[in-house]
Amino acid sequence: MYAEDMTTVDLPGRQRAREAFSSVAPEAGAAKPDPILVADNVVRRFGGLTAVDVGHLEVQRGAITAIIGPNGAGKTTLFNLLTGFDSPNSGSWAFNGRPVEGVRSYKVARLGMVRTFQLTKALARLPVIENMRLGAVGQRGENFWRSLVPWLWRRQEQEITERADQLLARFQLDTKREDFAGSLSGGQRKLLEMARALMVQPELVMLDEPMAGVNPALKQSLLTHVKQLREDGMTVLFVEHDMDMVHDISDWVVVMGEGKIISEGSPDQVMGDPKVIDAYLGAHHDGAVKTVAGQEVEAGDTPPPQVSESEQR
Amino acid sequence: MDFVSIFNAAVTEMFGPTLLVYALAAIGLNVHFGYTGMLNFGQAAFVAVGAYGLALMVVTFAPMWFPGLAAGAVFWLGILLGLIGAVVLALLLGVPTLRLRADYLAIATISAAEIIRRVFRSSTLREWTGGSDGRSGFADVFREYGMVFGFDRGARFSWGPFFYTGTQLWVMVVGWILVGLTMLVVWLAMRSPWGRVLKAIREDEDAVRSLGKNVFSYKLQALILGGVIGALAGFISGLTTGTVIPDTYSPQFTFFVYAMVILGGAARVFGPLVGAMIFWFMFQFLTQALRQLSVQGILPPGVLDPTQVGPIVFVLLGAGIIALLIFRPQGIFGDRREISLDVR
Amino acid sequence: MRRAAIFLTALVGSVIVALGIASTPAWADGEGVQGRLSHDGEPVAGAVINVFAEDQLVGSAESDADGEWSLPLPGAGLYRVELDEATLPEGLVASRGNVREQNVPIGRASTILFPLGTEVLEQPDEALGDEEEPPPGDGEPPPEEIIPEDPEGEVEIITGPTRLNRVVSHVYSGIHLGLIIALAGLGLSLVFGTMGLVNFAHGELVSFGALAAVFFHVPAYAFGLPLLVATPAAVALGVLFGYAQDRFFWGWLRKRGTGIIAMMIISIGAALLLRNVYQYYFGSRRIVYRDFTSQVPIEIGPLLVVPRNLIVDGIAIVVLLSVAFALVFTRLGKAVRAVADNPSLASASGINVDRIIRLVWATGTGLAALAGVFLAMQEGASFIAGFQMLLLLFAAVIVGGLGTAFGAILGGLIVGLFIQVSTLWIPDEFKYVAALGLLIVVLLVRPQGILGRRVRVG
Repeated sequence: MYAEDMTTVDLPGRQRAREAFSSVAPEAGAAKPDPILVADNVVRRFGGLTAVDVGHLEVQRGAITAIIGPNGAGKTTLFNLLTGFDSPNSGSWAFNGRPVEGVRSYKVARLGMVRTFQLTKALARLPVIENMRLGAVGQRGENFWRSLVPWLWRRQEQEITERADQLLARFQLDTKREDFAGSLSGGQRKLLEMARALMVQPELVMLDEPMAGVNPALKQSLLTHVKQLREDGMTVLFVEHDMDMVHDISDWVVVMGEGKIISEGSPDQVMGDPKVIDAYLGAHHDGAVKTVAGQEVEAGDTPPPQVSESEQR
Repeated sequence: MDFVSIFNAAVTEMFGPTLLVYALAAIGLNVHFGYTGMLNFGQAAFVAVGAYGLALMVVTFAPMWFPGLAAGAVFWLGILLGLIGAVVLALLLGVPTLRLRADYLAIATISAAEIIRRVFRSSTLREWTGGSDGRSGFADVFREYGMVFGFDRGARFSWGPFFYTGTQLWVMVVGWILVGLTMLVVWLAMRSPWGRVLKAIREDEDAVRSLGKNVFSYKLQALILGGVIGALAGFISGLTTGTVIPDTYSPQFTFFVYAMVILGGAARVFGPLVGAMIFWFMFQFLTQALRQLSVQGILPPGVLDPTQVGPIVFVLLGAGIIALLIFRPQGIFGDRREISLDVR
Repeated sequence: MRRAAIFLTALVGSVIVALGIASTPAWADGEGVQGRLSHDGEPVAGAVINVFAEDQLVGSAESDADGEWSLPLPGAGLYRVELDEATLPEGLVASRGNVREQNVPIGRASTILFPLGTEVLEQPDEALGDEEEPPPGDGEPPPEEIIPEDPEGEVEIITGPTRLNRVVSHVYSGIHLGLIIALAGLGLSLVFGTMGLVNFAHGELVSFGALAAVFFHVPAYAFGLPLLVATPAAVALGVLFGYAQDRFFWGWLRKRGTGIIAMMIISIGAALLLRNVYQYYFGSRRIVYRDFTSQVPIEIGPLLVVPRNLIVDGIAIVVLLSVAFALVFTRLGKAVRAVADNPSLASASGINVDRIIRLVWATGTGLAALAGVFLAMQEGASFIAGFQMLLLLFAAVIVGGLGTAFGAILGGLIVGLFIQVSTLWIPDEFKYVAALGLLIVVLLVRPQGILGRRVRVG
């Protein structure tokens, strides 16, 4: 694979990450040398189904960690819980040592923990560049009164635009700068979403199935971008189905099954774990959609009465 | 058929005080619906609160609370009460309901607006609010200000097809200034990062949250801004006729304002004003033309007698709203591209 | 924030209730007419009002120092109320005419207005003269549809003298109103469940039934059939109307991919259109059915009730039970519930969602039409009756759980009871406010309603 062809000299971040993991035992809930995110006893139930029941999870700083698992394993739900988009029945977790359970989603993002979504959320009727500018935090012009006085925020807006243009160029979206985001292809939207998340200047980037629905050509470029994040000093946590990709880029893999963490380890260690193989084969026999009391509970469901969970409290 | 006088009357209305009430209400609603994507079906309540804030302060509260105060000061206190009322209503309405999905928000806001109208018109509170007859006698100070500028109460001004009384013209001067100012504010705000957040919320709240913006706070700010602009419409409404009547602020009012916003093109600065002008012109023209057709017996009573003019105009408007949304949802001046990308 | 919101809402609510308790309605029980005469804000005393029933003088009243007058009447029915202009102060006339035809409902006093002035304005055609759209001119207020005041979703309460009588009557009338709301709300809830549309024109489907029955039943319109025949005919026409609406309109919009928010606003346009078509054809009067109107109440224990209402209740219960039975036990009913639960999953499992939606429209409109007839048996049929009931229907389906069939029934009963029982403590005019308050509180604490299911997001 491409990454393996490169020398470690080109990828000092990768080198550092792999070294850090060398002393970590490949078992569920393993302690890491320098965790950026630590979660304990996170439980989320939907009716009778326990969607997530994670005893202990640590995410190593500066590494790329993948969460894999069959459909309905609770990966996306865990993402939603950690980022404040859903509230758990119980559990606690800390980001950079700071407890963040119960913190609202937008505050979690401001702390430096930014996520993307499985179903891409490009802001369709805004131009690409506006999507990007939106991502910048601490904008003076986002206050109503100051917004009426352009010269108070013009300068900052220019800086933001420059940063946005650099990112767009890096993600090869610069030609689409003025297009409505709704006119982009699925893969381009994924790129845009990732670039927009970087505008927040996060420490931890959480990508929910970044490869879903992306064509092979774009996949390679996405992979390169994800690796580059690690080289830039960011931590990446991502959910993925594509085992090739997981194997290619991740330093550490967390396997979930039926809400629990069933295994952890380096990509090679995990692939050889019989529990993992069981979980995947079992899932094939189950069929893709889990049902509880006749209700589908898979993500992407059309939701009737919905209160955005993040605003619950 | 006297088409010229019908046309003149309709054109006169197209720039007149009532148009201004609708235009301001629509500019406010455009902030809610057009820019932020909030389905506020209670805009009538904001207009009512503005009008009643002014009326009740002057007629009911000031004599009780500040018996000795000069009439001019009382008037401005009334304006202040109307504005505060709109902010408080936005908070009361928004804090609990803004978490709801769009269609639930619509039901909650229309219900809240009906509660407010019914409380204003209740005979229990007649002593304060005047019940279903409403309140009058609060516009004197405003009209005296007009006289200072030469807009005498009895005067008649006519120019080309336009024909207004002094009272109306004075209301129009103030009203058009308010329309201009509010459009300027909306224009400035919507091209700023603040407006960008609102438009992003319209597209996808969760995405905006994931980027560290407090969506709830922005929605509340938008609700307050649009609501305060609605209260300005309430002032104009009250000062034009010198009365506030609760049933003016029925759900129907809000529905018409929606039609205007969509007609002119949602999320455009001039959209609501243009939409209101076209809507109001059509309404006046149709009403007057059909009435003449009926009164002069050109349409026989079996087809259209004078009492049926009202219903027929509303039938046409209803059909117009339906056709507009089906065939041209972006409004007359909207950009088809923006709508065809609609993800909802 | 959330706690503060609930607190504030509760505070506002209790203030409203407190204000309500402090006052007593002008007329507690019994039929009558009343009004207040004034000119330029000054009361007009000493004017005589004569009331006739079929040209027989029933009684007279004279306005007092506050300009107020009232006259108890022997019973409900159609009365002619005349203001004797000779008794008015010099120079004053009844500017909108001095004669009113008034249909006085059972157990309530009707308010009759005679605007006074120095000259006679445009003569009204109907008794609703002062509600008429004012002539255009200086300072014309924004346009208003002619909306007759009161009654709205009204079920009269007949009651005996004791507190127990009162409580029992209110509870009974609550159940009665609740059944009508449940019938009307079922279609609203299922249309939302199956196609996601909050149909603001659903009230007009209720009016449709009431007026279709007028069409078949009242001799001035068509066949003059007995109400017992006209009602099923109206319901059948309702079913057809619902089917056609979806076949030719909503189904077409779905196919075009019109957005759900756009459809919602389209439904507002449709409501405006329908309502005014009704008004064009039937006028703005309240039209009273001929059959079963003046019945003598019978006594069942502490309850006084007209037999008509009991029969209406019986039919409503049978219809609701059969609909519930069909939803639970028949193939088609199960399919309806499956689609209401999750349209995409139902579609994936081979259910023809379009066909189910059409079925829901047809039956929902039929049930709404039946509710409209029942409602009109109480208060008379008018073009506006359903519109005035719409927010009550919203309250019912939200309380019960929007999109669920049984939620609409349960919510209807709850809202009906809530409204009628609340009037034991608060003035009549606030009962609607109370119901809307209940709606908002439910949205605050349990937006999915009682039977709704909280759904996972993301």
